[in-house]
Amino acid sequence: MATLDVAAIKADFPIFKRTVRNDHRLVYLDSGATSQKPFQVLDAERNFYENHNAAVHRGAHLLAEEATDAFEHARANIARFIGAQADDLVFTKNATEAINLISYSFLNATLKSLRGADLPKGVERFVLAEGDEILVSEMEHHANLVPWQELCEKTGAVLRWIGLTEDGRLELSDPSLFNSRTKMVAVTHQSNLLGTVNDVPAIVKLAESVGALVFLDACQSVPHMPVDVVALGVDFIAWSGHKMLGPLGIGCLWGKSEVLSAMPPFISGGSMIESVSMERTTFAAPPKRFEAGVPMAAQAVGMSAAVDYLNALGMASVAQHEHMLTEAALAGLADIPGLRIIGPENSIDRGSAVSFVLEGLHPHDVGQVLDESGIAVRVGQHCAKPACIRFGVQATTRATFYIYNDLEDVDALVAGIYSAKKFFGV
Amino acid sequence: MKLENMYQEIILDHYKHPHGKGLAEAFDAEVHHVNPTCGDEITLRVSRGTDGKFSVSYDSMGCSISQASASIMFDQINNHDFKSGEAAVDHLVAMLQRSVEADEDVLGDGIALAGVAQYPARVKCALLAWMAWKDAAIQAGAESQLETRISIDSNKEQN
Ligand SMILES: Cc1ncc(COP(=O)(O)O)c(C=O)c1O
Repeated sequence: MATLDVAAIKADFPIFKRTVRNDHRLVYLDSGATSQKPFQVLDAERNFYENHNAAVHRGAHLLAEEATDAFEHARANIARFIGAQADDLVFTKNATEAINLISYSFLNATLKSLRGADLPKGVERFVLAEGDEILVSEMEHHANLVPWQELCEKTGAVLRWIGLTEDGRLELSDPSLFNSRTKMVAVTHQSNLLGTVNDVPAIVKLAESVGALVFLDACQSVPHMPVDVVALGVDFIAWSGHKMLGPLGIGCLWGKSEVLSAMPPFISGGSMIESVSMERTTFAAPPKRFEAGVPMAAQAVGMSAAVDYLNALGMASVAQHEHMLTEAALAGLADIPGLRIIGPENSIDRGSAVSFVLEGLHPHDVGQVLDESGIAVRVGQHCAKPACIRFGVQATTRATFYIYNDLEDVDALVAGIYSAKKFFGV
Repeated sequence: MKLENMYQEIILDHYKHPHGKGLAEAFDAEVHHVNPTCGDEITLRVSRGTDGKFSVSYDSMGCSISQASASIMFDQINNHDFKSGEAAVDHLVAMLQRSVEADEDVLGDGIALAGVAQYPARVKCALLAWMAWKDAAIQAGAESQLETRISIDSNKEQN
């Protein structure tokens, strides 16, 4: 496993050429929200537009062929990155849309079933009856909570959730959460607020014992650690390109092929059909069934370049680098009087999202003082309000680390927090 | 740009020793406004007197700017009629959009919030309590202009 050469990596990211407030160097600790982009990704996207731009899967001309090739090559490359087959990878706008795709598949299957429609084989798994259960956890990002709440409200299914222990781990000791009514288990791989990396094999085992499907929110794992969907044993994962060096506006849903084949479509229109008459339509096989309209080919090409970039570094090295920074950050923060880590205090089964609160200082004010010296963190509830409530905090300050961060950035964070305390006299 | 422009002594003073904090038992309208990006929250109550003046009470949690601003709001518009309170809110908005010079007669200590205009992400914090007051007063029967409603809605948008 190679150690990362952060100086060389930084040189690939044009954004680090600029300075921020008061001419400070940029200390970017907000990759959990979105990552910065290397020129390799920007160039790939630009090259697509400059040389191969056409509508994918349409047209009989050379450019259309090249665009389609580039798009499908990107799909295969991204699929390989998570140990999957190209046909099982669906492009979406982002992870949020991917999760809605699944929840609306449930809704659409349920509605069609209520009308007595003739359902293709396998769809039963997506038909919800009143009293069926969907299981999430208390640490979910709103993107993996609200769609399930909505689905329950519309179908009469019941939303249940796995609670959290004091140190920010899943409380898996209540076996009744997994029962014969559980149809779907949707949990995060790594919490964007707490940093916790969840015990996926344990969840899969419990879900399998009751025949429930398992969705894993991989937004904070695929960019940061090696992920192999086959080894994980889950039914679906989703993540966004923009948090893994890729462009905005593209995300992925991966699903086991037998599961995707059974799912009714979410968004309908062009491209996703097999045959259309005025009376009825039959749908294409996955992944096209879930990709209505002209797809985001340039973004797919950019995301594929991001995968190449990460592969060249090696995901094990990426994970190790972040682990080293996380350990240093946790150690540095632990010494600050009045600071409380929200989430695991040690670096075991933990990613680089480090959230904290300071006695007598509001996160927004902490963020402001840090920003004044060029340190970009996120403050607020991080789209995980229930977890904030669970830990009795209104908001937190969160630092997240990635490949272009180094120990100097950790030191800058720690020093910045001391300045904030001094500035506000706490 | 200097941090001290936003965090003036007087702002920090209001933050540490807020005026008028605590909810009154009786009220004609109660609103709850939040700033979902940072979690600031305010519950605000108004009672409309027979003289048309609104007494205000509130409870809030949040960053220094939102808390100081709520305290200043209390100083400036508690026991004012809607017209004068609304004028103060509109003046604060204009000041934060840097379209007017701050007028101390209208805003009192609120002129010290002028530095917030340099930090667009904090404008919502500064407006939270004032917009909550406007919303509550309207719910308690005050007549407002269309513009007012738009600005209240925009403060309520979610992330
Ligand atoms: C754990 C987790 N899930 C879901 C999302 C939503 O991702 P997006 O906004 O790209 O759809 C995020 C992003 O903040 C996240 O961190």
